[in-house]
Amino acid sequence: MANGPTQFAVLSRILHWLMAAMLLTMLFIGVSMVASLGDYHRLVAIHRPLGIMILILAVVRLVNRMFTTLPPFPPTMSDWERRVASASERFLYALMFALPLVGWGMLSAGDYPIVMFGPLHLPPLLPANRMLYAVLRETHTVLAFLLFATFLAHLSAVLFHTLVVRDRLVHRMALWSIRFHKAKIETD
Amino acid sequence: MTIGVVIAGIAGLFAYAAGWLTPNALTPARIVNTLEEVNGRHPGFRRNHAKGVCVSGYFNSNGRGTELSKASVFQPGRMPVIARFSLSGGQPEAADAPDTVRGLAILFTLPDGEEWRTAMINLPVAPFRTAEGFTDLVLASAPDPATGKPDPARMQGFFARYPESAKAMELIGSQPLSSGFENSRFNSLSAFRFINAAGSVAWVRWSVAPVQPEPVATTRLDGTNKNWLFDALIASIHSQPLAWHLIVTVAQAGDPTDDATIPWPADRRQIDVGTLTIDRVESEDTSPARDINFDPLVLPNGIAASDDPLLSARSAVYSQSFTRREGEPKNPSAVSTAETAR
Ligand code: HEM
Ligand code: HEM
Repeated sequence: MANGPTQFAVLSRILHWLMAAMLLTMLFIGVSMVASLGDYHRLVAIHRPLGIMILILAVVRLVNRMFTTLPPFPPTMSDWERRVASASERFLYALMFALPLVGWGMLSAGDYPIVMFGPLHLPPLLPANRMLYAVLRETHTVLAFLLFATFLAHLSAVLFHTLVVRDRLVHRMALWSIRFHKAKIETD
Repeated sequence: MTIGVVIAGIAGLFAYAAGWLTPNALTPARIVNTLEEVNGRHPGFRRNHAKGVCVSGYFNSNGRGTELSKASVFQPGRMPVIARFSLSGGQPEAADAPDTVRGLAILFTLPDGEEWRTAMINLPVAPFRTAEGFTDLVLASAPDPATGKPDPARMQGFFARYPESAKAMELIGSQPLSSGFENSRFNSLSAFRFINAAGSVAWVRWSVAPVQPEPVATTRLDGTNKNWLFDALIASIHSQPLAWHLIVTVAQAGDPTDDATIPWPADRRQIDVGTLTIDRVESEDTSPARDINFDPLVLPNGIAASDDPLLSARSAVYSQSFTRREGEPKNPSAVSTAETAR
């Protein structure tokens, strides 16, 4: 363990922050557009292609994760914390795939063209079917709220470790390199 | 402590963005609630233009539209359309009446998988400029339980609050009413932007103008049949295909593009870009058009929304109505399969 990395790989860190920003943006765009009359069209036109970008990045991220070594959890994390952290990471990965796929699938089931930008559009993922549309539309909302709740829990845990336990947990994901802290973490 | 503040702050922002902290603001869901309160809830039906019949046919583009728009729908050629004739109002069993607003919604299937959807009505201008105006008109014109008619005092209050609606109603009242669906002209009312291959933009409105001047069917049905307008349309289509010219009207500088209550001057350039032919009629009970949302902002590349506030609002509200009705059990349409087969 002593020779393992202390930070996630550079690409992992970039993907993490990029996708965090994109997903949070998507959540806010999503809930505000369905409550909006004047901005609905503008927002939904951003929501669709941005969501598909997330799907593409989720594939890149999963492949990247399979081929890189993860830094070990810091010793300040108890066994149960590690289990919860791993489970919530897996759940977040699942949502990064499920949300855009459900979005794409529900528009297919609703018999909509899936417009990206200009003439570019996606083929339907599913056949047109009214009940399927209704179920997927509901699922899209439920998954989005689960994503938001999981994000809040994840953020609380990292803030707790960083601000209260002071174990520099967030440095594992920092965009800058923190090699000079390495000695400290390892001796802790 | 700090953590609690951060988390509560983000959650609060989210709740604010979702409109949960502003329960009195008008939203798509609240507009659909209003339609349900006024009309009653009719599961499975559109919350407005609830009564309708589905048709299909094709559009022959003559190529003249390419001057203004690069949309593939304007390339010379033929493409399939499905469409739906409707009467405005949220009651699927309402009796046909000559002065009820008539709707025609069309879906053009373009050669490359794009779609163009448009929902038009037979009025020359819109009787409201915004979604707020629409909602207040729905509330003001709800029948008074005592008389069964709209309360004149409430209508007066509405026109006082929305002078643009009063002006639009005057214009609407001054125009003769066509006798049926077949000889009605249907109008987009809202403006759109056309973008051509060179990238230049034209602001347009469109209409479909009937080729058949008089009702084709000779069997005018009497007032005891509550579907007489629809039945006349069905009989016409069975006797011969019906046709409309798709007419694009081009704005000049200064013509309002964000106010569908104001007509554009009559001398504006009009281009006939092709002919819509309707040769099949089918009940909602069997047609795929029942489960289509004729969202006026499903547009191909080359056609884009204008700054008219009605467009984004309609897109949002139709989506809400569509989501509710698709999840509900289906009930038979007033215009039945037996009727469309006759
Ligand atoms: C990638 C992650 C995504 C997130 C986090 C997300 C989030 C959301 C949220 C929060 C809502 C509002 C739900 C509600 O309040 O009912 C929403 C609605 C919607 N999303 Fe997504 N979404 C994602 C991807 C997509 C994709 C890829 C598409 C389509 C290609 C899509 C299409 C839609 C549509 C059409 C609506 C609702 C429109 C309506 O009901 O009028 N979403 N989304
Ligand atoms: C903000 C103003 C408006 C609101 C809130 C509104 C609301 C609605 C709703 C809820 C539906 C049912 C949608 C569905 O479930 O598929 C509908 C259908 C329809 N509306 Fe509107 N509407 C508005 C303005 C207009 C205007 C200006 C026009 C004409 C230019 C129009 C033409 C139609 C037509 C033709 C249909 C029937 C479409 C079909 O056959 O599916 N509406 N409207």
